[in-house]
Amino acid sequence: MLNFIARRLVAIIPVLTVVAIFIFMMLRLTPGDPAAVIAGDNATSDQIAEIRTKLGLDEPMWRQFAIWIGDILQGNFGESFFFKKTVAELIAQRIEPTLALATCTLIFAIAVSVPIGVLAAYRQGSLFDRIVMGFSVIGFSVPGFVIGYCLIYVFAIELDWLPVQGYTRISVDFWAFLQRMVLPSLTLSVGFIALISRFTRASVLEVLNEDYIRTARAKGLSNRVVLMRHALRNAAVPILTVIGNGIAILLGGAVVTESVFGLPGLGRLTVEAVLSRDFPTIQAIILMISVVYVVINLLIDISYTLFDPRIRY
Amino acid sequence: MFQFARKAAALLAAASVGGLLGAAPAPASAQTLKVVMHSDLKIVDPIWTAAYIVRNHGYLVWDTLFAMDEKFEVKPQMVDKYDVSSDKLTWTFTLRDGLEWHDGTSVTSDDCIASIKRWAAKDSMGQKMMGSVEALENVDAKTFKMKMKEPYGLVLQSLGKPSVNVPFIMPAKVAATAPDTQIKAEDVIGSGPFIFKRDEWKPGEKVVYVKNPKYKPRSEPASGLAGGKVVKVDRVEWIAMPDVQTSMNALLAGEIDMIESPGHDLLPVLAKDKNVKLFTANPLGSQYIFRYNVLSKPFDNPKIRYAAAVALTQEPFLQAVVGDTQWYKPCKAMFICGTPNETLAGMDEVLNGDSAKAARLLKEAGYDGTPIVLLQSTDLQVLTNLAPVAKAQLERAGFKVDMQSMDWQTHVARRSKKDGWSAFLTAWGAADILDPLMHGSFNSSCDKAMAGWPCDAEIERLRDAYAKESDAAKQKAIVEAVQRRWTQYPTHVHLGQWYAPLALRKNVTGSLAAPVTIFWNIEKK
Repeated sequence: MLNFIARRLVAIIPVLTVVAIFIFMMLRLTPGDPAAVIAGDNATSDQIAEIRTKLGLDEPMWRQFAIWIGDILQGNFGESFFFKKTVAELIAQRIEPTLALATCTLIFAIAVSVPIGVLAAYRQGSLFDRIVMGFSVIGFSVPGFVIGYCLIYVFAIELDWLPVQGYTRISVDFWAFLQRMVLPSLTLSVGFIALISRFTRASVLEVLNEDYIRTARAKGLSNRVVLMRHALRNAAVPILTVIGNGIAILLGGAVVTESVFGLPGLGRLTVEAVLSRDFPTIQAIILMISVVYVVINLLIDISYTLFDPRIRY
Repeated sequence: MFQFARKAAALLAAASVGGLLGAAPAPASAQTLKVVMHSDLKIVDPIWTAAYIVRNHGYLVWDTLFAMDEKFEVKPQMVDKYDVSSDKLTWTFTLRDGLEWHDGTSVTSDDCIASIKRWAAKDSMGQKMMGSVEALENVDAKTFKMKMKEPYGLVLQSLGKPSVNVPFIMPAKVAATAPDTQIKAEDVIGSGPFIFKRDEWKPGEKVVYVKNPKYKPRSEPASGLAGGKVVKVDRVEWIAMPDVQTSMNALLAGEIDMIESPGHDLLPVLAKDKNVKLFTANPLGSQYIFRYNVLSKPFDNPKIRYAAAVALTQEPFLQAVVGDTQWYKPCKAMFICGTPNETLAGMDEVLNGDSAKAARLLKEAGYDGTPIVLLQSTDLQVLTNLAPVAKAQLERAGFKVDMQSMDWQTHVARRSKKDGWSAFLTAWGAADILDPLMHGSFNSSCDKAMAGWPCDAEIERLRDAYAKESDAAKQKAIVEAVQRRWTQYPTHVHLGQWYAPLALRKNVTGSLAAPVTIFWNIEKK
């Protein structure tokens, strides 16, 4: 197992190298000039050229790349073109709302989707099963911002139960934090619940038709024990895979959700950085997200062994 | 299992309804004004950049020597008294008593001299003025002189310039920063009515300003950007909220107090709400502009540029973006309707949408069918719909138009290059285009001009003459001459004025009409 983890961690290096080269090239090939954006609407060509020189954008591309990689190896992700703060500082400032949103969404979505998926499988063809399947289609189809605005209209404006927008740090006021997390988490959960419940249902259905489930029932075990001890554990691997992959959807969805609910998170920072061509910030965020993906995938792979003793690394 | 789930769900529902959902969000404190501005503050140096959001930030933190009132007259602000010698070659300025920086030190003449020099190195109006200045001299701690090489007519208008770049007065050690280098956030020390809270500034989240307890307002009532800047709230928070729908919802729910620039499409919804009011704080508004690239075909030919001006007409542009006649005004005057420089000189035959006449002029000019490469930005609501209207009007007159759509940043980068485009559309705040010198689109100094690079010695001569003239009637005659010269050498086409009202909660009072969103005099009950 330790060998496997070490091998996987070493494999991060080529992955990140490819990502670094790809994102660096993509940003340079995308139209748009950070210097022109910084200079403002009424700048002259000379002023724009001056800013390009200051930012090092007039250096050859290979040299810009070498400087960037050299800085990263020394733990320096550079300084934002616009905010005049280090990128590390910016990310540290903006990561909490995104982590909070992702965590609340994950907890809520898993708590809801796994039980309804199992129940839908157990009662295949029933009204409940059809409702779950219908919900999953709607959950996939309706864009997050539409769900968000509907929730805001009902719960924040008409009923006045919850705030429309904003973020309160946990350290400042836990209760206010919870209040401000309800609607964004619900919004982001809808698609996630649709995905996991559907996969859970399919996975559990497949297992319920296995011989060992028939044997367990023949031994006189209760439905609860059959479902929880035998069916769900064996159905867990595909569900875990979907949850792991679903985190990608979650991070993507966070961009829209953060805008709709005014959360000052990483998603919004990414959009701002892309729109203003803030190269150092975009590069750092994408590298960081790549690391997060690789680590999550590793954790998911390790967690398989907890549910299925046949899997050994 | 399912019994447990049912119990858990019931408990959760009870907890939700009884607690989490039952508690409505606390309203903002009565002394904190929460505002959503038109964009987020990323840069804090109003001399280094011409961005409007940084200008607005500047007016909170710093003060100016002079300021323009609501009648467009320049009045002393930090200056107590001033005089000019009979030969108009020596200006003497004396500062008011009790002017202090936020760090407790006194404002001195050295600070003013250093600030004027830094501003003038960046600003075109400042550069023009400094071209006539022989020396800036310190007389004593509160008095300084400006010695001129020749009489200059716009000294007060330059020092009281209302919009970008505003000649804000900064401490000498801050003003010593090279003009092409941004000042740091820790150097945001002003003598203005508010103090910038650097420790609470979170880019992308919020900017916080607190009342400056030591600020001494002038005794005159506030008027435009001039007069007494009396602060009536303890804190102003600029909340970053890029989604206009979210900011509207937050205003309706009372979570914020004001939106600086709600989209025109949301105004009917806001107007219907009994707790919200709309206020046109900037009665001059903004002006849409169609800008030519005079270096690229077909607009390298001034006759073809004039034909385009004949083909265009303002109302459809304003209809396409603003919609409601309450919030726009067709105006043929180039230097804004309702100002001292309003004139229709030279404007009879243009902006009438006369496609037949434009087609005739095109033929006479020898137009060979070269397509106009028209840049359209697709992500700024106030600009997106302009390009399709321009395309339709120009094609009706016989132009070929290749409209290319892109995001705003690509648009900005594209137009900074001298080839590959023929025209773009943009908007200017009226406060930036009140006269031929201020108006960047008239800068016709070839390579030194803004994107579009007009190159016309006669327009430059007239701009110089305007700058040196101090008699208002003669200045107006020069303005008319500039407009008439424009018919022979069009630099751009003006497409009408539009207004973006502030949206405020009804308990917020005292907003002043000014060309910049200002926060003194505002009260929250």
